Amino acid sequence: MTTLLQQIANGIALGATIGLIALGYTMVYGIIQLINFAHGEVFMVGAFGGLAVHRWLLPEAWQGDWYISLPLMIVGGVVVAVTIALIMERFAYRPLRNAPRLAPLITALGVSIVLQEAIRIWFPNAESAQAYPKAFIDAQVDLGPVSISASKLLIIVVSVALSVGLQLYVTKSRMGRAMRATAQDRDTARLMGVNPDRVIVLTFLIGAALAGVAGVLYGVDITNVDNAIGFQNGIFAFTAAVLGGIGSLRGAVIGAFIIGLIKTLGGQYMPGGTQYDYVWIFVVLIFVLVFRPQGLFGEAERVRA
Amino acid sequence: MTADPIAAGAPVLHAQDVTMVFGGLVALNKVSLTLEQGQVAGLIGPNGAGKTTFFNCLTGLYTPTSGRVLLNGARLAGDPAKVTIAGVARTFQNIRLFPNMTVLENVLVGRHSRMKQDPVSTLLRLPAFHRGERAAKERARELLAFVGLTRAEDEVARNLPYGDQRRLEIARALATDPSVLLLDEPTAGMNPQETEATRQLILRIRETGVSVVVIEHDIKFIFGLCDKVSVLVQGELLVEGTPEVVRADPRVIEAYLGKPPEEIEADARTAAEEHDKGEQA
Repeated sequence: MTTLLQQIANGIALGATIGLIALGYTMVYGIIQLINFAHGEVFMVGAFGGLAVHRWLLPEAWQGDWYISLPLMIVGGVVVAVTIALIMERFAYRPLRNAPRLAPLITALGVSIVLQEAIRIWFPNAESAQAYPKAFIDAQVDLGPVSISASKLLIIVVSVALSVGLQLYVTKSRMGRAMRATAQDRDTARLMGVNPDRVIVLTFLIGAALAGVAGVLYGVDITNVDNAIGFQNGIFAFTAAVLGGIGSLRGAVIGAFIIGLIKTLGGQYMPGGTQYDYVWIFVVLIFVLVFRPQGLFGEAERVRA
Repeated sequence: MTADPIAAGAPVLHAQDVTMVFGGLVALNKVSLTLEQGQVAGLIGPNGAGKTTFFNCLTGLYTPTSGRVLLNGARLAGDPAKVTIAGVARTFQNIRLFPNMTVLENVLVGRHSRMKQDPVSTLLRLPAFHRGERAAKERARELLAFVGLTRAEDEVARNLPYGDQRRLEIARALATDPSVLLLDEPTAGMNPQETEATRQLILRIRETGVSVVVIEHDIKFIFGLCDKVSVLVQGELLVEGTPEVVRADPRVIEAYLGKPPEEIEADARTAAEEHDKGEQA
C-alpha cells in the first residue's frame, strides 16, 4: 500500500513536469496546427540556461542560498528558452506559414536536432551529463505514509499554479481571448482587429516560458542534465498532449498526469519493471486513440465551409 | 459606434474602380461605390456576381488587383485587422462566429482593438485590468441588449438558434465601433418575422450614425430598406441609384429580376406554338 501511494506521488511529480511542457505543444498546435517537435529542446535549453546562470553569473556567496539562486536560475532558464523559441518561430516556422503542413513539421525535427547538437558542441563539457545544482531545500517531506522530496513537491505546486494561471489568462484577458479566437478562425479574428502574428509570437513565448521553468526545476530535482532530456521528456509531453486532446489546455495537463502515473505504476507493477514502462504509456495512448481519436478532451475535427 | 463629426452628405466609404482578378477570371471589373454617412446601401445581383468578393476587397481579406478604397478620405490598408481598426466591420454569408466561445466572449473579441491591456496589470490582476475588463463587458452587454440577445450571454455560440447567431454576428461587428458596417445576406434562411426584425435592427443601427451596406437576395427587403441600390452582374456594376430607379431599369429586370411578365407570357406562347408545329410535322 505504501509503495502504491509512493509511486502515485512520484507519478504526479513526473506528470507535473511533463504537463508544463505539454502545454507548449498543445497551445502551438491549437493556433497554427503545428506539432512543434523542437519544443522538448526548448525545455532542454531552459535547463541549460539555468545551469549557465548558476555556473557563471551567480557570485559564489549566493550559490548556497536557494531562495536567491533558484529564482535567478529560473529567470535565466526562461530567458534562454523564450529567446530560442522566438528565434525558431521567426526564422524557421514563419516563412513556412502558408506551406503544406508537412514542411514545418520536418523543419521542427531539424530544429530539434540543431538545438541538441548546439548544446552538445558549444556548452562546455556537455558531451556528457552535467551535474545540476540542488538549488532547493534538500529534504524529504512526509505526507502520511508517503515521502516525497521537497524539490518534487515544488514542481507539483509550481506546475499546478502555472496551469491554473494560464487557464485564467486564456479565458479572462484580451490577448487570451484573441488566442482562442485565432485558434478557432484566424481570418475572422483578423477582422476583429486581432493581429495573428502577435498572437502566434505570444503563444510561442508562453509555451517556452513554461518549458523553461520546467527545465530548471527538473534539473534541480534530478541533479543532472544532458542534451537528450528534451527528446525524452518532449516525447512524453507530446504524447500527453495527444492523449488529452491536442489543442486543449486541460487535456494536456490531465494527459500529463495520466502518463506520469502510468510510467511509475507500470514500472512498479507490470512485468518487465521500469525497462518496459514506456511500453505501457504507448499502449494506453493507442487504446485511447482507437476509441477516441480526438483525445480525451479534444474536439472532433469540424468540417468548415 | 462613433458618430464621426463629418458633415452630413460627405462620403464615408468610397470604393473607386475596384478590380479583382483570380487567375484568368475577372471577378470584379471597376466596381465603384460611394456611401454617405447614415446611408443604407444595398448590393444585389445573381449568384457569382462578385458581391462577397467585393466585401472581401473592402475588408482587406483580398487585395484588389487595381482600384482603391477610401474610408473618410483615407486609403484603407490591405490588412483586415487594420481595416477593422480604421472602422469597417462585417458579417458573413455563412455565419462565422467563434463557435466554442460564449456569446459574451464573441462580442468581447470584437472589442479587441478598442480596449487596452498591458501584460503587467493583466498578469498581476491590477485594478487597471479589472477596470478595462468591466468597461468592455459593459459595452458588450449594451450591444447584446441592442440586438436582443441579453438572456443568452453565457451560451456557447454554436448552440444558439440560427437567427440568434446572425444577430450575435451583428453585435460582434458593432463591438469594433465601426463607421461602416457590411452585412452579407443578413436575412438568409430567416422567416418573415425574423426578416422584419432584422430590417428594424438595421434601421436602428443607421440611427446611431453607422452607415450600412447590405448584400441580399430578397429584393423586397432591399427595396424596402435601402437609400440606394447597386446591381452587380458578372463582376460589373450594372445600375446604381435609388430603389425606384433601379426597380424600373429594364436591364435590371432582364438580368436579375427576370423578364417582365408580359414577355414571359409571349415567350411561353411562342414555345407552345413551336411545340404544336412539331407535333403536326
